[in-house]
Amino acid sequence: MTTRKAAHKDLPRMPITTIPSTKVVTGFWRTFRPTLDESKCIKCRICWKFCPDVSISMTDDSFPAFDYEHCKGCGICANECPRKAIIMVMEE
Amino acid sequence: MRKVITGNSASAYGAKVSRAEVIAAYPITPQTSIVEKIADFVANKEMDAKFIKVESEHSAMAACISASMAGARTYTATSSHGLLLMHEMLIWASGSRAPVVMSNVNRANGPPWSVWADQHDTMAQRDTGWMQFYCESNQEVLDTIIQAYRVGEQRDIMTPSIIIEDAFVLSHTAEPVDIPDIGVVDKFLPPFDPPSKVIPGEPYGYGSLVMPDLYMDFRYKIAESMDLARDRLRQVDRDFQKHFGRSYGGLVEFYECEGADAVILTAGTAASTAKDVVDKMRREGKKVGVARMRVFRPFPYEEVRKLAKMAGAIGVLDRSYCFGYAGPIACEVMGALYNISDRPPIRSYIAGLGGRDITPEVLERLFDEILAFKGKGSGEEVKWVDLKGLEGL
Repeated sequence: MTTRKAAHKDLPRMPITTIPSTKVVTGFWRTFRPTLDESKCIKCRICWKFCPDVSISMTDDSFPAFDYEHCKGCGICANECPRKAIIMVMEE
Repeated sequence: MRKVITGNSASAYGAKVSRAEVIAAYPITPQTSIVEKIADFVANKEMDAKFIKVESEHSAMAACISASMAGARTYTATSSHGLLLMHEMLIWASGSRAPVVMSNVNRANGPPWSVWADQHDTMAQRDTGWMQFYCESNQEVLDTIIQAYRVGEQRDIMTPSIIIEDAFVLSHTAEPVDIPDIGVVDKFLPPFDPPSKVIPGEPYGYGSLVMPDLYMDFRYKIAESMDLARDRLRQVDRDFQKHFGRSYGGLVEFYECEGADAVILTAGTAASTAKDVVDKMRREGKKVGVARMRVFRPFPYEEVRKLAKMAGAIGVLDRSYCFGYAGPIACEVMGALYNISDRPPIRSYIAGLGGRDITPEVLERLFDEILAFKGKGSGEEVKWVDLKGLEGL
């Protein structure tokens, strides 16, 4: 939370920030983190497709990688995974 | 060029001569021939614009907001339930400071289903932060689109506008309209030049989360622009007169109001009929007048206070109703007059819902009623006009 006490005159008229949401870290909201059991994963991309926060990245041959700076721990990926390869683990 | 065209056609020409660059629209009912005409213009290359067909009015407005933020002049049109579906995005447009201009054909909301004239659709958008213009003629429909771009796009205003025409009375009725030459409009309406534009490859955050220490201040800036727009609209209407030889009385048009014993204040085409009734009753020696509220948002409270000093008694005729109290214009008029002394008595009249004709006979009866309560107090504060039981069918 910003501590700047701005007079409204200093604010831009349009509510625009030059900092895109990719630079704003929100992963600390998470209670459970998704982890991958590579032995079960078949790289089907279903988790990648369902992630509502674009926090799973995959290249052509790679396993899914979780972006823990933005993942909120919703668990949709684990729920959708057909091989139960994603396990939600309580954050410490 | 002078042509005999409908209000819908006049709206399409208004967008064309204003050089709207992106038009997004949902094409199915309650959509009207406005976007059909614009689709023709674009397909025939008479208009250099991108026409985006979308799956709903909500998406139409979302597309317009995005295009506007990318620096394009945007336009859309809708009506009744289409406008209601847009509600969330209307608030997003004003909050984003996207000066979209939209035409709305005033139609009743269902159920029971209707497609006829009624102002409930736009009145329900009062608090969305859009400027609202209620038109009286097809010429005014066209001209007001140009005026709205000119005011809305000013950098200290950056506010969207709804240009409103009563269903069928204007939308589907043809009358002579002067379509100004696009070169003449160019001299009046400069290109859209927003202070900030979306740039591909440079991701910024648009309308993202703010904390309680800043949200209210952003809302105050919208309020400030709306207040500034009030005088800017009066000025632009005067400039329009110099440039095009036509003007519409600024925010409120007064017709025989000075020293009138009874005035009907209304918005939209009922004012036209009322002016004829005023002429007739004046010939009979009755001092009556009409105040036509052309701009409802920003609310013209100064003009309303001026009217209160001119008129002995006021009937506010609303073509819609705020369930639970009175007509929406009446509520605002009464509010604006509370803090001044020597207020005339006021009655809220509800008439013409769902396209019921507001005839000269009805209006003459209202004038006689208003004359009768002058100096006495309106008594019955809210009155539904011309209700029919089964015996009336």
